[in-house]
Amino acid sequence: MILGGGTGGTLTANRLRREYSAAEMRITVVDQDDRHVYQPGLLFVPFGLAHPEEIVRPRGRQLHDGIEFRQCAIDHVDIETNHVYLADGSVLDYDVLVIATGAVLVPEETVGLTGPGWMEKVFTFYTPEGAGALEAALATFDGGRVAVNVVDMPIKCPVAPLEFCFLADWYFRERGIRDQVELTYVTPLDGAFTKPVASAQLGGMLAEKGIELVTEFNTGDVDGASGRLTSYDGREVDFDLAVIVPLHSGAAYVARSPGLGDELNFVPTDEHTLQSKAAPNVFVIGDAANVPASKAGSVTHFEGETLVANVRRYLEAEPLEPGFDGHTNCFIESGFHKALLIDFNYDTEPLPGHFPTSVGLPLLKESRLNHLGKLMFQWFYWHSLLPGRDIPGVGSSMPTAGKTTTALGGTRKD
Amino acid sequence: MSTVTFASTDVELNEEGFFTHPEQWTEDMVPELARREGIEPVTDAHRQVIRFMRNEYLTKGAGPSVRVLGKTSGVSIKELYRLFPKGPAKIAARIAGIPKPRGCI
Repeated sequence: MILGGGTGGTLTANRLRREYSAAEMRITVVDQDDRHVYQPGLLFVPFGLAHPEEIVRPRGRQLHDGIEFRQCAIDHVDIETNHVYLADGSVLDYDVLVIATGAVLVPEETVGLTGPGWMEKVFTFYTPEGAGALEAALATFDGGRVAVNVVDMPIKCPVAPLEFCFLADWYFRERGIRDQVELTYVTPLDGAFTKPVASAQLGGMLAEKGIELVTEFNTGDVDGASGRLTSYDGREVDFDLAVIVPLHSGAAYVARSPGLGDELNFVPTDEHTLQSKAAPNVFVIGDAANVPASKAGSVTHFEGETLVANVRRYLEAEPLEPGFDGHTNCFIESGFHKALLIDFNYDTEPLPGHFPTSVGLPLLKESRLNHLGKLMFQWFYWHSLLPGRDIPGVGSSMPTAGKTTTALGGTRKD
Repeated sequence: MSTVTFASTDVELNEEGFFTHPEQWTEDMVPELARREGIEPVTDAHRQVIRFMRNEYLTKGAGPSVRVLGKTSGVSIKELYRLFPKGPAKIAARIAGIPKPRGCI
């Protein structure tokens, strides 16, 4: 039984279907809707570089033959009796449960965010509707203060708000009005990014592009009417247009399922085996887990191999394999048809060099090749990731062959 | 890395001022640790948050973020900032002798 038909649920179902015959295993995927969003595409929508309908496909059609798709909201899970209760009153039982219901946005948890000005001058590009509304607002924006604000971590794709800043700089330059726009990146972190080497590089890029960086800003209040962000410690950032990445939580049914989730509704999960800490026959993939990895599609993809191997081991009563190393790989769009690539895991922060080997894509450095990689990734997503196949030459564990470790000065800093 | 003496005991702090060995911490170090963070005197409300941080770390292996602290400690985020104006999670973690909360990946 797989809850969630997004990246993690789909690739898990397809991988399991290849591993097991219909006689050996029945596979059901439950999701509340039939809209599978290619989430990396949302970043491009506000700048007119993608359209919402191009990045949404039916969920059921991404699932291979022999997988049942059940469209219904989930009320709760009873991990004691192995039952899933659906909103329509039906009850499903399972031998193994895979939780793949991702993260949801909870803008209503921030004072004022969904009040006056929401979707008029306060937007988020993290939903197709928000990204579409922001495209219309940007098209008529002819100058003023733009604040890009992450309310708090964790968020999906922690580099996306930085990419938004870089693309906004490019977009306003293309329109010839960059000198009339004050662009500010407001983050709760103490730098541009979480990891030291990448944070220094990305912080430098913000400065080069004339984007102001405001750090350690814990947003307490968004006032859309007067155009002001206020932090809990009383600092203020004024805006004419705000692009907000709202707080994230796990899916709401997790809170209604006794013993399943933590205080933010994410599911406590072993970071290497991907078995939940709630029950031995419950596994977790992707953004729904509380593991200390980025909430990103690449993480979910790299988790797939370990997760499916461990479901098999569980069913055969063998010890689980601590196979997942936290591998994360992100293209960072930087505008002007260029992008950076970063690659890291639980133990190694993003380093310069090349990926996956010394003759591959440049790491932590702007290049046109990485921009093409980012664009090509959409094809790989629908045709390789979701079917549960590996990308040629890119294994699940983090490669080290092409990396320069001297950037660390010989010591680890975490 | 540096060695600092609190309550007559030498402890090791990392470059960001967090305990390298959380087991070196004892509760009688709290007033001196708090003074280093500009917090004086230490009230019962401060101690409630510091004990909560310490327990969370000991049971879960990591200190909570401000958001989680606001949801679970019984102290609102506004009040947490009044107690620890320079950032509740970070400052309280330093005083509680635990590593930097890893809420941010």
